[in-house]
Amino acid sequence: MTLTQQVITIALCVLATMATRFLPFLVFSEKRETPPFIQYLGKALPAAIFGMLVVYCLKNVSLTGGTHGIPEAIAIAVTVLLHLWKRQMLLSIAGGTVCYMLLIQLIF
Amino acid sequence: MQKQGIRRKALASAFPHTLPIFAGFWFLGMAYGIYMNVSGFSFWYPMLMSITVFGGSLEFVAVSMLLSSFAPLQTFIMALMIQARHLFYGIAMLDKYKGMGWKRFYLIFGMCDESFSINCTARIPKDVDKGWFMFFVTLLNQCYWVTGSTLGGILGSLFTFNTEGLDFVMTAMFVVIFLEQWLKEKRHYTALIGVAASVACLLIFGADSFLVPTMACILCMLAFLRKPIEKAGGLA
Repeated sequence: MTLTQQVITIALCVLATMATRFLPFLVFSEKRETPPFIQYLGKALPAAIFGMLVVYCLKNVSLTGGTHGIPEAIAIAVTVLLHLWKRQMLLSIAGGTVCYMLLIQLIF
Repeated sequence: MQKQGIRRKALASAFPHTLPIFAGFWFLGMAYGIYMNVSGFSFWYPMLMSITVFGGSLEFVAVSMLLSSFAPLQTFIMALMIQARHLFYGIAMLDKYKGMGWKRFYLIFGMCDESFSINCTARIPKDVDKGWFMFFVTLLNQCYWVTGSTLGGILGSLFTFNTEGLDFVMTAMFVVIFLEQWLKEKRHYTALIGVAASVACLLIFGADSFLVPTMACILCMLAFLRKPIEKAGGLA
């Protein structure tokens, strides 16, 4: 690839990203009332999206091979329990991550 | 003076929310910079791409795009598919980003997974300016990502300490955000739809191409089940 082709490739990545980020805001203007169905989606989507993002983070975990997803399952359980116990975001995230690192570096 | 006070207060309030992302972005950003470095690109590439694209998964894929032959149409379509989930973020944030003036442009420009997640769920204290809070969340996150990937690009593969598993910080963060959303809602239909659709599509389409079918699935189910979901209420 020449430098110009590289620049075009990167520019297309930027353009595609910005298209997906700006499109909803361009279609549904700030001044007009948002249609009821879109308002409903705005409220219903976040929980579904966060579920999708959790699965997305775990997409490469194999249940049949490797460590069978056991370290991931334990670390997620620790994260959830810590969070239900103290409700401190930073503590839950740090605790779960340290637990995972110890598990895969020392045990699995 | 007063305006400065508002800004400082928003920054102080936003900063703790971004700490997990600091850890995650420095780790992933450096990994990305190192990856670009060993692929033969100077640190300018990860730095400029982190400033302009600011989307981790696409930036990683772009490395292999840059290494293969020039295919503009394929690049554009691929990028659209990887980034399509931002359409959902936009719809969810339509009302929250209303009336933010010039800040609105930057909030939309910098709306990566993590900035969206915090701005969508954080309980912003009543005396803190919402616009500046969300602005600083977005700005701090982008600073972490840009500095991380630039450092990785400069230092290359000098790192030797054992960071294996540190990338789990992002998984843990999304688990906590999902849990927070779950605890906030009285009914969990939409959360369950999201998880079920993702797992089903992951099994059917595989890890590399399940996001677009998942989003189509979620959209159809939410549209189809709108009446019962709205009747049950409890949407946070």
